[in-house]
Amino acid sequence: MIAERLQKYLVIGFVVLFFVYLFGPLIVMGITAFNTSAFPRMSPWDCFTAEWFDVLMQDARLMTGLRNSVFIGLGVVALAVPIGLAGALVLMQARPRIRPWYYTITIAPILVPGVVLGISTLLFWDRVGLLLGMGVDSIFYNGVFLTIVGQATFISAYTMLIFIARLQRFDPVLEEAALDLGASHVQAFRKVLLPFLKPAIGSAAVLAFLASFENYNTTIFTIVQSSTLTTVLASKVRYGIDPSISALAVTIVIITLVGAVMYEISQRRQARKEKAQQAVARGELKSMTKQRSFFAEPAFIMSALIVFAGLGIVYFAGTIGVDECKAIVKAEKQAQIKLRVERRQQKAMFERTAEQIGAEQPDQEDVQDEEKVKAKGTEGYEGIFAPQNLQEQAGDSGVEEEKVKAKGTEGYEGIFAPENLQDQSGSNQ
Amino acid sequence: MSADVRLEDVWIRFGDFIAAREINIHIQGGEFFTILGPSGCGKTTLLRAVSGFLTPSEGNVLIGGTNMAGIGPNKRPTALIFQNLALFPLMTIWENITFSLEVRGASKQERRNRAEELLELIALPGQGEKMVNELSGGQKQRVAIARALCAEPEVLLLDEPLSALDLKLRQHMRTELRSIQRQVGITFIYITHDQGEALTMSDNVAVMREGVVEQISDGNSIYDEPDTAFVASFVGENNRFDGKVSSVSDGIATVDTAEGTIKARLSANTDSRVSAGDDAFVFVRPEAIQFVNGTAADNRMNTKVYHEEFEGHFWQIFLDIEKSQKRIKMSYVNDGATRVHSRGAELAIGFPAQSAIALPQGALAAE
Repeated sequence: MIAERLQKYLVIGFVVLFFVYLFGPLIVMGITAFNTSAFPRMSPWDCFTAEWFDVLMQDARLMTGLRNSVFIGLGVVALAVPIGLAGALVLMQARPRIRPWYYTITIAPILVPGVVLGISTLLFWDRVGLLLGMGVDSIFYNGVFLTIVGQATFISAYTMLIFIARLQRFDPVLEEAALDLGASHVQAFRKVLLPFLKPAIGSAAVLAFLASFENYNTTIFTIVQSSTLTTVLASKVRYGIDPSISALAVTIVIITLVGAVMYEISQRRQARKEKAQQAVARGELKSMTKQRSFFAEPAFIMSALIVFAGLGIVYFAGTIGVDECKAIVKAEKQAQIKLRVERRQQKAMFERTAEQIGAEQPDQEDVQDEEKVKAKGTEGYEGIFAPQNLQEQAGDSGVEEEKVKAKGTEGYEGIFAPENLQDQSGSNQ
Repeated sequence: MSADVRLEDVWIRFGDFIAAREINIHIQGGEFFTILGPSGCGKTTLLRAVSGFLTPSEGNVLIGGTNMAGIGPNKRPTALIFQNLALFPLMTIWENITFSLEVRGASKQERRNRAEELLELIALPGQGEKMVNELSGGQKQRVAIARALCAEPEVLLLDEPLSALDLKLRQHMRTELRSIQRQVGITFIYITHDQGEALTMSDNVAVMREGVVEQISDGNSIYDEPDTAFVASFVGENNRFDGKVSSVSDGIATVDTAEGTIKARLSANTDSRVSAGDDAFVFVRPEAIQFVNGTAADNRMNTKVYHEEFEGHFWQIFLDIEKSQKRIKMSYVNDGATRVHSRGAELAIGFPAQSAIALPQGALAAE
């Protein structure tokens, strides 16, 4: 009895841990997208804001990368889906003896490291370009083209797997039936096999697009001087990130969720339809009742409402009162810094008086510490990497600002603050 | 429009395996022709050779006098009804039926009209908008027939189309198929392992065994005048006695068996007659066996009742012959007079020599 209960709790605990492990990072990242703090973090919480979505939209480099990623994704879909389909069709018709060999060879690109594929794509098309006597401005040196063909080498193998799975459920007799009724091979393919493969074409296209969209290790070699979303993100991380990346993540997660919900709704519709058809076949139902339109599904309406309500709340809550909140937070911080500076000044004064008075000071250790730090010449950099400080320095100047400046850091103020980078690249809030 | 089908010296080989050997069949135009045989006898292979999915290793297939060599299945005047029907699951019923018109580029209006005509023929009027999944087994069956007929074939090929149906529906569809064949008047080639189907529907039946055609004739003759021991035992119920021919006179053979001496007539076919000294099988149909009360019969045996079954319109009794303990089967019409024979009851039975047939053992000798 107790053992059973214990087991139950263990299972529940495991499931909770598992989901925390899976979704914890996503949730934290999602929350940071709405914090005004210039560094993506969850605590301390400053103000609720939607401004990072604006920042995201105005990030020219990121947007160019995103556009390229979408274009490359579509290119890969256009290339990998037909190649995968052709590969799967050949496999189905290959003789049993050569089938395993063929399968291994066509699936190999999945096993080859992406880095190797990237480099080899680059080298191969460079050779082709040279052979054809094309210049460096030709298509064979174009990052987008190279990335499409490079990614398609292994994504075609993915799509082929999807087509194989679907084709294994195809009854080849249907094709014979079509031929027998006078269809040519092309007609049999187009009117019988292709409609059957439609769902597989859909999932292969989605998979190919997503695989292309998130690819980094092949792309980083083939993209040359151009950029995709992943390469921009990677370079951003190197130079310091801000919550606009979290905003991007939130956007992607929402799109994914919406897609998943839509898919689930359509799956259930299909299941209901099949059930009704069977009932008709058994004679339990007179005829099929017309199914309501997809947009009239309760589940669709519910999820649409949730999405709209969520967006609305975020928009209003994220724009109204943000400036006031920011001002308050800023004031608090300024007060804090002021307090700190004052304490330091007091300390300095205290030191001086202590020096004057002599060695019999009870607080000696503190003074020594202070002196050590000073001796190392770091006075000016104190807390330079603390995010609050960065923001403060970036934003405005106050009394304490001058003190900091006086310590000799004038030229480097807030150099790592994302806002500053942005300011330089043209946008301003 | 109906065409005759002629198979001339057709051999079909798959590597070392011979699926059909030296097949010569001539099927008249407008005939309901059945190829009957146990599974694996090569009958489907033969059908695929006629429909064009398979090229014979040797010999010719002629349809309407034209040699079909090199002509693909989509160019032949045949339509095939597949064993699993092979209806297109993603199309509606009317789209299924008029697929052959669609690939020929017929207009939608034309197709719809034709579909309605055919739906009328198969007694499913106004059901064209349904999907295949919405039909019951028998309805699917009829749609498959309509789809094949829509192609206006000169020869309709049917590959065990009724095997997936339950008994009642199967019997109903037999009648329906026959009446459709009469209406459209084209040649039907029907494949089955069910001798009941073969005998009830066909004008002519070919019985196949292991790639060889054993006999071709109308259903009556197949039943009454089997040419080979295989046909005699495969078609219908038969009691078989194993023996040796001691003498032949006046078309009657005397065969020595473990059950005693049995007199049986010779086959009408001169090729399958036995002569003195041959190993032979004697076949007696259960319904040919009679009760004997003192009066002499050509062949008389004393038996004990083992088991009795009531089949409705007839009784079936299993009897153990006293001499050899061989179990045989006899049946007699249920005429209302109850004659229940309890287990172990002694019963004298007999049958006239004209009702028994002596055949060479042939391929069944080893069994």
